[in-house]
Amino acid sequence: MTAAFIRSELAAPLPPPPMSVGPLAWMRLHMFSSVWDSIVTVITLTLGLYVAWALVDYMLLSAVFVGQSREACLPHNGQQVGACWPFIYAKFNQFIYGIYPETERWRPNVVYLLGALLVVPLLIPSVPFKTLNAVLFLVVYPVVAFFLLVGGVFGLPAVRTAEWGGLLVTLVVAVTGIVASLPLGIVLALGRRSHLSIVRLFSIIFIEFWRGVPLITVLFFANRMLPLFLPSDWSVDGLLRALIGVTLFAAAYMAEVIRGGLQAIPKGQYEGAMALGLSYWRMMFLIVLPQALKLVIPGIVNTFIGLFKDTTLVAIVGIFDLLGQIRSAVSDPNWSTPGTLYTGFFFAGVIYFFFCFGMSRYSMFLERRLHTGHKK
Amino acid sequence: MPVQDKAESAGNQSRGSSQASSISAWIYNPQIRAFVFQALLLLFVGYLCYSFISNAYENMQRQNLAGGFNFLGFTSGFDINFTLIEYNETSTYGRVLLVGLLNTLLVAAIGIFFATIIGLIVGIARLSNNWGVQKLATAYVEVTRNLPLLFQILFWYMAVIRPLPAVKDSYKLFDLFYLNVRGAYIPRPVFSAGAEFVGIALVIAVVLAIIIGKWAHRRQMQTGQQFPVWTSSLGLIIGLPLIVLMLTGFPISFETPVQSGPFNLAGGIRMVPELVALILALSTYTAGFIAEIIRAGIVAVSHGQTEAAYSLGLRPSPTLRLIVIPQAMRVIIPPMTSQYLNLTKNSSLAVAIGYPDLVAVFAGTTLNQTGQAIEVIAITMGCYLVISLLTSGFMNWYNRRIALVER
Repeated sequence: MTAAFIRSELAAPLPPPPMSVGPLAWMRLHMFSSVWDSIVTVITLTLGLYVAWALVDYMLLSAVFVGQSREACLPHNGQQVGACWPFIYAKFNQFIYGIYPETERWRPNVVYLLGALLVVPLLIPSVPFKTLNAVLFLVVYPVVAFFLLVGGVFGLPAVRTAEWGGLLVTLVVAVTGIVASLPLGIVLALGRRSHLSIVRLFSIIFIEFWRGVPLITVLFFANRMLPLFLPSDWSVDGLLRALIGVTLFAAAYMAEVIRGGLQAIPKGQYEGAMALGLSYWRMMFLIVLPQALKLVIPGIVNTFIGLFKDTTLVAIVGIFDLLGQIRSAVSDPNWSTPGTLYTGFFFAGVIYFFFCFGMSRYSMFLERRLHTGHKK
Repeated sequence: MPVQDKAESAGNQSRGSSQASSISAWIYNPQIRAFVFQALLLLFVGYLCYSFISNAYENMQRQNLAGGFNFLGFTSGFDINFTLIEYNETSTYGRVLLVGLLNTLLVAAIGIFFATIIGLIVGIARLSNNWGVQKLATAYVEVTRNLPLLFQILFWYMAVIRPLPAVKDSYKLFDLFYLNVRGAYIPRPVFSAGAEFVGIALVIAVVLAIIIGKWAHRRQMQTGQQFPVWTSSLGLIIGLPLIVLMLTGFPISFETPVQSGPFNLAGGIRMVPELVALILALSTYTAGFIAEIIRAGIVAVSHGQTEAAYSLGLRPSPTLRLIVIPQAMRVIIPPMTSQYLNLTKNSSLAVAIGYPDLVAVFAGTTLNQTGQAIEVIAITMGCYLVISLLTSGFMNWYNRRIALVER
């Protein structure tokens, strides 16, 4: 009798069925799982491709790339003309610097470069010397940037703030708003959690007041009411008024963000500090605030994104930020063509989207890195 | 005994030293410090207020600016291109304030309605299994959340609404709705004699629907029997006014816009292009945020709830309706309320495109004409503050009501 067949080693595992793994399986599940699903997939893909094609066509294929004036961008022989890039080249310096004098343009350039050099190491978590970096960026850099941009000292000719414009003003308003509102926000957040009832009352009134009104009314307040409240021989610069309004507004939102961080610190930290005999301010500065601020960095970045978008409102009180500069450039009769408006909007949109999307991706990266996001 | 002696002598010593330096006992006493700090703070804030007020008084004297609220009774002298109530150049500034406030509330109400609907659709689309739908919804949310609102308002106004065709080439829908460069036209309801009965019937139907809902809930708690509350309420709210409408001989008719002259449409309600652009921009912008809130709310409901519901034999649709959405509401409502508030405050950007909302007509034109910055801006900020505080009050009440009562 023959022996039954007995394997001497394990059978090799067979490959999975072809339609259950790999890209085909994914498509079966996510794109074509039912008749209705397939129809929807076809519709959305067509829509997406159509929009993408229209954009590429407008911005690259039928766009005009060379030219000196509006004739280059007008439609010839009845053909459709896309984006008008010569318009952007011609106005590019205005968009970045405003009407800052050309000979002094190295000063905003130095300010941009210094800012980038200080901010990039601060944002990368693994770079050391964070405290030194933060002090340099938050305390030393604003002073240096102020003297460089305003001038009037050390032999630098003075440049009036009315001549600043474009991306320079947008970044100045946004960065100053955040940097100046941080200390004020910390004080307000601590005040709101204080045991002293008058301090708590004032903090709550301040925070709820500035959070309850739109930023436009705050800018009107700073523009029209602030000069009335100050002694008549203090003449406050137009840009400074807007900066004060934006700082007060941002401080209220920053206070709420920091208050969330303060609430997340376990009570044991406070109690341990008090048991060690630390006074209130020592406890806050040495123990609580370092932990709380580290927790709410994503919240601070989100507030910065909101503030960056809100800088567009200063155009309503007559300060030319990036969007205001682009609007005034679009209405230049030298460049009036059908495509100028859309080209200008596209350019502005790309810049704002690049900044805001980049910052929001960074904030999500940081949340994952600091483990402060939702745990599933 | 030696320890006790030492402690006693130490106590004697400290008591002796505290008698000698009672000042330091006062300086380090927490209650006294708290009192002194708060008194100093009060003095400082009081001094600031006093100096602001005296500076303001002096500056206004110097510049010959008037003070007080009498300006609300003066004639305005300017026209407003879109009003919900009667208004002309001889109306007072007080009426201007009312017109602006109503325009703001109108934009806010319509914007909130559309933003919620679009946000719901996009939020649920972001959770879809279909790759195309999910990516499209993600692109929508990213684009609307990362571009400034003023940019979006200007885009809708200058790039979409202004290039609309002239009146004679308007886009038409069933000859009832027109869309052209002069705005959007919708039919206007005309109320004649018996119309108030229809209104009363509507109110009675709503009250009856609420009563039926409460009765059905009580019956379900006691006996477990379900009652089709939604269908019966819907039928009541639509059917009862319809019946009364028929009985009173159709007192409500619609006046449709018709061409009158080459450049104009007569009849119907005209929504100015600025209003249309503002509604489009505000709704799409806020819908992006609402979509994220709804997605976060539905994701926050633990997956175990869905699994338990399926294991009980519930199909996906009743699971969503009875299990997931009520729990998601707890997470969704507070941020959604603050988004509604943001929409109302963002409607103040109407001043950039010339829609006559509160900030544009009151803090803009009226302020420029009367020069009374303090009163005008104080009233404007006060209006928005009242709206904000009412909304946060509602949110706090709602939060307390639905807060999880734990063991």
